[in-house]
Amino acid sequence: VKAHLLYRCHNFDRDLGRPWNAEALIEDLGLDTVLDAMADGNPFFADVARTVLLTSEPDPDTILHRQAVLRDVLAHPEVAAQIYELAGDVVAGERRIYRGYVGEDPSATLNWAVRVLQLCTEALRTLRQLARDHRNVFESDGLTELWGQLLDELTDAYFDEVGDTLDTLKFEHGMRVSARLGQGNKGRDYVLRTPPRRTRDWLRWLTGDPEHGLSFQINERDDGAMQALAELRGRGVDLAADALARSGEHMLSFFTGLRWELAFYLGCGNLRRTLTEAGWPTSFPTPLSAGSRTLKAGELYDAGLCLRAKTGLVGNDLHAEDKDLLLITGANQGGKSTFLRALGVAQLMTQCGMFVTARSLSASVAGGVYTHYRREEDEWLIHGKFDEELSRFSDTVDDLPAHAMVLFNESFASTNEREGSEIARQVICGLRDSGVRVLFVTHLHDLAHGLYAERDPAALFLRAERAEDGTRTYRIVEGEPLATSYGPDLYAEVFGSSAKNRVTGPPDHAA
Amino acid sequence: MPVPSILFRPDDRRAPRTPPAQPAYFGDLRLDHLVDALVRGREDYELSRYFYAPLHDEQQIRYRQEVLRDLRRPELRACVGSFAEKMRAMRDGLGQADLLRHPLQRQRWLLGSALDYLDAVRTLADGLGAAADVRSAGLLGVRAMLDDYRRSTPFVRLADDAARVTELLDGVEYCVTITGTKVTVSRCEGEDDYSRHVSGLFARFERHGANSYRSKFSGLPEANGVEAKVLDLVAKLFPKPFAALDRFCETHRDYAAEAVTNFDRELQFYLGFCAYIERLERRGLLFCFPEVSATRKEVHARAAFDIVLANKLAIEDSPVVCNDFELSGPERLFVVSGPNQGGKTTFARMFGQLHHLARLGLMVPAESARLFVCDEIFTHFERGENLADLHGALKDDLVRIHHVLGSATDRSVIIVNEIFGSTSLADARFLAGRILGEMLDLDVLGVCVTFIDELAGLSDKTVSLVSRTDADDPSSRTYRFERRPPDGLAHALALAERRGVTYQALRERLAR
Repeated sequence: VKAHLLYRCHNFDRDLGRPWNAEALIEDLGLDTVLDAMADGNPFFADVARTVLLTSEPDPDTILHRQAVLRDVLAHPEVAAQIYELAGDVVAGERRIYRGYVGEDPSATLNWAVRVLQLCTEALRTLRQLARDHRNVFESDGLTELWGQLLDELTDAYFDEVGDTLDTLKFEHGMRVSARLGQGNKGRDYVLRTPPRRTRDWLRWLTGDPEHGLSFQINERDDGAMQALAELRGRGVDLAADALARSGEHMLSFFTGLRWELAFYLGCGNLRRTLTEAGWPTSFPTPLSAGSRTLKAGELYDAGLCLRAKTGLVGNDLHAEDKDLLLITGANQGGKSTFLRALGVAQLMTQCGMFVTARSLSASVAGGVYTHYRREEDEWLIHGKFDEELSRFSDTVDDLPAHAMVLFNESFASTNEREGSEIARQVICGLRDSGVRVLFVTHLHDLAHGLYAERDPAALFLRAERAEDGTRTYRIVEGEPLATSYGPDLYAEVFGSSAKNRVTGPPDHAA
Repeated sequence: MPVPSILFRPDDRRAPRTPPAQPAYFGDLRLDHLVDALVRGREDYELSRYFYAPLHDEQQIRYRQEVLRDLRRPELRACVGSFAEKMRAMRDGLGQADLLRHPLQRQRWLLGSALDYLDAVRTLADGLGAAADVRSAGLLGVRAMLDDYRRSTPFVRLADDAARVTELLDGVEYCVTITGTKVTVSRCEGEDDYSRHVSGLFARFERHGANSYRSKFSGLPEANGVEAKVLDLVAKLFPKPFAALDRFCETHRDYAAEAVTNFDRELQFYLGFCAYIERLERRGLLFCFPEVSATRKEVHARAAFDIVLANKLAIEDSPVVCNDFELSGPERLFVVSGPNQGGKTTFARMFGQLHHLARLGLMVPAESARLFVCDEIFTHFERGENLADLHGALKDDLVRIHHVLGSATDRSVIIVNEIFGSTSLADARFLAGRILGEMLDLDVLGVCVTFIDELAGLSDKTVSLVSRTDADDPSSRTYRFERRPPDGLAHALALAERRGVTYQALRERLAR
């Protein structure tokens, strides 16, 4: 039995852990709020959500597979919750079974495996009943396949045979093993044989038939000999115990995996409920192949900001087709960072198979999403700040997969503008020419202007809009980079020498 | 049967009778660490003596170089490696047979060790015979010996008897039935494999690559009480194979030939070294057979490194810096100066190590090298522990260097490292100048590491080396030496270059 809710043909590799840049992604993209909403107080949900959201899935088909499962879960939350509970019961039940010397003493392994298999077969029977009660409710491949296996593959006859075998393995009438002579004439190649039947052995014991065997008796009070006898029995059952224990482990992993993968979808359900109640739009994005280098959005919001701000946000449209560079310039506090973050979050949500906070979105998948943000707190580093930036970026390069997407926010600005622009230019060109998509927020005018002058059709230049009167609209529009970042405006606003009506909006770093 | 040697030429069999002591320079050059590592796990062979005893004759050195050159070829390496492993198994088996009490177990171990021995000899003879171009005189001698030995009566009889007895024992299959505390041993009657039934039933739940739940059983060679009783009963049920085993042990008690065991031991000298350098070669470091001369003092090496430090760095997964050096014409001495921690001592050690390894007939840590077959290596490194008594330390320094200069000849190598650190600069300048002058007069070859810049230009026999620093980051060390100071690079680009994030570097790093 298998449940493939996150991939078509296999389970999510939970041992893989989170990508090494997980902390940076969470911090730079403000993902904590999104993850909290998914968890809704459940730390297990939080853990799963974090792992899946941060592990960008690069295959559009897998993304569609997940979207379908998510639609099913959103449509039938109560059935999904019941499956989740049942799987949770198995996981909790297994913890109560004594593991002791499993893997060291074959008898202990056998004992453990028998109990685990009893627990799991019981749960499978219940799950099969659930599938019978809700036979045709699901439409996604992931869940209909699970239902199909439960209904078609597991028969009562099979469950009965399993029960009989588990009984026989108690060896009530003795056990028999065969062996050959190994190194130093010790036994080797121990093989468990069909256990003897009572009568035959009893007769032989009576007659003591020398043709068929020679016997000796062990003194029960001789601890050493009893231990040696236990070891001999152990050698006999070792293979069978191994097969049983691996089956038990597999059944457990089926339930563990089912619970884990469902936790992701239930978490998505939590997030959607919260967003919908607050009135934000959500939609399932269209994942496109990596080569199309497309990012199109209608009324895109930063999901994290939506959860915090509740109201008054400006949605942005974007039309980037066959672009591998988005360079965003413009007024300070004009929404550049928010927009960059919204793009990053939407990309991650798309690539984990979730909905996004936008009216519509289509995005080319990326091999992975990476961030390189200016780090204020690292200023004390002995390396010097600029070198720290370079070194941190170099670490990122070590990890970049094909078709990666890197989000830069005010990077390489910790040296003078000429040097910073030159390094940034080399970095941007080096990445693009290596097939990496670059989203870059900067106020390095030397850089922005130089790139704009190249008239490269694969580069899109965006800037934070400023109304005629100098107020910010928090809209990001296409346009040539302008020489000033409107610092004077901000200065005026903060110092109050210019009193004009302004559109109210969230500050750049709403927290 | 003659006993050929791969360490010494037949006409010059000077295997040291009494094991030589460790040379005085071993500690300073860290060669003691090297030898420890080379012989680790090979203690039984008593190999240190060979690493302590350098050769002084070009012919002798080339005799070993040829053997090593042959052994470095993959097909021969595989063959002798496998031979050595089997010989080790043979010895382990004999040792085991001595330790056990149950006679049937002892006999079986003896038989097992004989099989290992036969296997070892055949592997070696086949491998050496099949190798198209064995060139070294040493290995050709061994090959000839083996050809004779394999056809000899003792070997053929041993092989036949061992094969026959083994076949008989392998045919034994028995069943053990355990009912309560009663154990019955019988011949098998074709019962089903019940484990297979169980795995079949649960196959649909079994996962490939899942954890193994196989238990570990006592790997002790000694049969426990129950096993011993079972074995006795098995011997009663199957009398013929056990009688054959008994006869085998009577006939072939001492089966190993000395020519074979001696080769096995000498081989370890090379194998230990190969194992050590191959770890480093896998990390991209190069070793070479040096050109050796006992007359020409013009030496050079390209991409040489401290072999012991490289090994340590390999364990830490850190990069190793290589250096070139060359002394030509009248040049005799490197005078090494530059910042602390710049690798000066490492350079000095490396120079000495290369000369010692060359005299052992081994490869040296360099891409290419020509080295001098010196009569002796002298080192003089500062002894940190005496610093409490400055006057005493200075005197001690002088006494020791005086002794060195008194013992050295014009064919010696002298390596002097940071002496006179414990006195005033004026004193140090004076004393070091004098010592260096003495060395130049002696016409020795060597390295002098010093903090006194003036020494560098003392004579046309000296070559000044300075450790290069990174112009953009004077705090970083390059561990490279050159005769000229380096040029600088623009600050930001230099930093970016070092981090590998310039356009060119990115293109290379992301090319895949």
